Amino acid sequence: MDQTTTREAPAVRIRGLRKQYGTVAAVDGIDLDIPRGETFALLGPNGAGKSTTIEILEGYRLRTAGEVSVLGADPARGGLDWKARLGIVLQSETESGVMTVREQLSHFARFYPHPRDVDEVIAAVGLEQKARTRISKLSGGQRRRVDVALGIIGRPELLFLDEPTTGFDPEARREFWKLIRSLKDEGTTIVLTTHYLDEAAQLGDRAGIILGGRLVDVGPVDRLGGAEARVPIVRWRDRAGVAREVRTEQPAAVVASIAGDLDGEPVGLEVIRPTLEDIYLDLVRAAGAAAPDAEEAVA
Amino acid sequence: MSTTDTTATTARRARRGIRPTGRPSGTGTPPAARPGRLTVGTTRIGYEVRSYFRSPDAVFFTFLFPVIMLGIFTAAFSASGEIQPGPGAEAVSVGAYYLPGMLAAGMLLSGVQNLAIDIATERSNGTLKRLGGTPLSPVSYFVGKIGQVFVTGVLQAALLLLVASTLYGIALPTEPEAWMTFAWVFVLGVATSALLGIALSALPRSGRSATAVVIPIVLILQFISGVYLQFNQLPEWMQNIASLFPLKWMAQGMRAAFLPDDFAVLEQYEAWDLGWVAVALLVWLVVGLVISRLTFRWIRRDS
Repeated sequence: MDQTTTREAPAVRIRGLRKQYGTVAAVDGIDLDIPRGETFALLGPNGAGKSTTIEILEGYRLRTAGEVSVLGADPARGGLDWKARLGIVLQSETESGVMTVREQLSHFARFYPHPRDVDEVIAAVGLEQKARTRISKLSGGQRRRVDVALGIIGRPELLFLDEPTTGFDPEARREFWKLIRSLKDEGTTIVLTTHYLDEAAQLGDRAGIILGGRLVDVGPVDRLGGAEARVPIVRWRDRAGVAREVRTEQPAAVVASIAGDLDGEPVGLEVIRPTLEDIYLDLVRAAGAAAPDAEEAVA
Repeated sequence: MSTTDTTATTARRARRGIRPTGRPSGTGTPPAARPGRLTVGTTRIGYEVRSYFRSPDAVFFTFLFPVIMLGIFTAAFSASGEIQPGPGAEAVSVGAYYLPGMLAAGMLLSGVQNLAIDIATERSNGTLKRLGGTPLSPVSYFVGKIGQVFVTGVLQAALLLLVASTLYGIALPTEPEAWMTFAWVFVLGVATSALLGIALSALPRSGRSATAVVIPIVLILQFISGVYLQFNQLPEWMQNIASLFPLKWMAQGMRAAFLPDDFAVLEQYEAWDLGWVAVALLVWLVVGLVISRLTFRWIRRDS
């Protein structure tokens, strides 16, 4: 990390974070800095400790050990002025819904010192047509957008998004990405957990992968897993019809030599550049093989 | 026309995403003050009242229930003549006799039943967790809840009195002292009920079990405290048990306000004992306040 980003205190600073439930460590020693203005994606399978970590940062859960600072405050003791600077979109949507979208947003706006304009937020999440509809009458994806709207109505400096696009159709997800980018342009720090690796790739400046309560990898999204994990793969079938696979930095040369050897078009030829999803799945598999009981312990 | 224009403008704005703000970022400017707890609390009252009247369960089982019960009692006992506390004493109709009890039941339902179920449900469906992540103060939240109880309780009492006097021809008191008694018993009783409702909301482990936990408590209290059954006809041991709980005193205070003074002899100690009504309600008010203060959390935070 260069000096210009570290000069200002990071939005989130975590040192040696642990969270123990009985004998099980849900979070088992995490160190992480998230500078201001960054969009950070936290990835990991269910039960790996993503939500526990996020909820400790939000002040919902108490940590067992370690140091945590969020916008300069300890979340376990964050007061109302501190909460006014946060936006929180929880993993689970609320069921209550006798209020209309507009009523709910106007009401929540009153809690904050500098709320955003209600109509602007409704438009930003694409619910103009539903502004006067009761939340209980909305579809799951629309209700999720209300959750997001409630998360940003207070003009947060730091926005937590815990699996925000679950239940969105592809178009709604793209609209949502646009919204997140505009928040980012405005300088909002965003901490995102998601199951969608393309989402992390689209939005995240950096990403971290949590497995068994540990951060196994952190880095810019396009460098996650290290250079080796990104080496292109060439796949084809040889003369006997057996699947072959080679990892190489010179895929074109390899393809040319295969074509020369076969003296014709290779069957099933593919050149694959591993996506974030491939890299992620490799890491999860590797961790599972290295510590088979760690996965079970947190499941 | 102007609405179309606004929609078009907002749509254009939406395409650009959230508008960059004019708010100065960084450290130089002092943070603007959050809206005050009471200001926010006052806006919560309106929000809470609106959401109450949009919930069919609350409207039927809390708001209209005493009115419906008064109707049933009046109809069921219309043929059984009047109730007279003693020879030569002033008699009143069965409906008139039960009206104070129904007013007391309304106070209990609007406070205890309504808030205990409402808050337990909000805890289990994630509403409290969400609010706990905002700069809403618990004080504002309680101002909203207690305000909701007062607003709905006043409307309920007004509806009961209106129905009683117009539909069932029950004569309401004309002396100002009677209405003064009504006013303080009502205010104290509703405040006590509201705090006890908040306190009781800590008991159910889930929103679904809330009704199952709260309704029996409220129902038993109504049976032993002289709401559905004539209090002076209950066995003494039952009267003594009822005296430990606030509803008996609310009902007694309401009878003092609405029944002729001759009826005082039917009370447990043959007097209205308004001083004891005040003491009992104040004690329960403090109990409710202390339990609420000690048990309320936005979420059950693990350690």
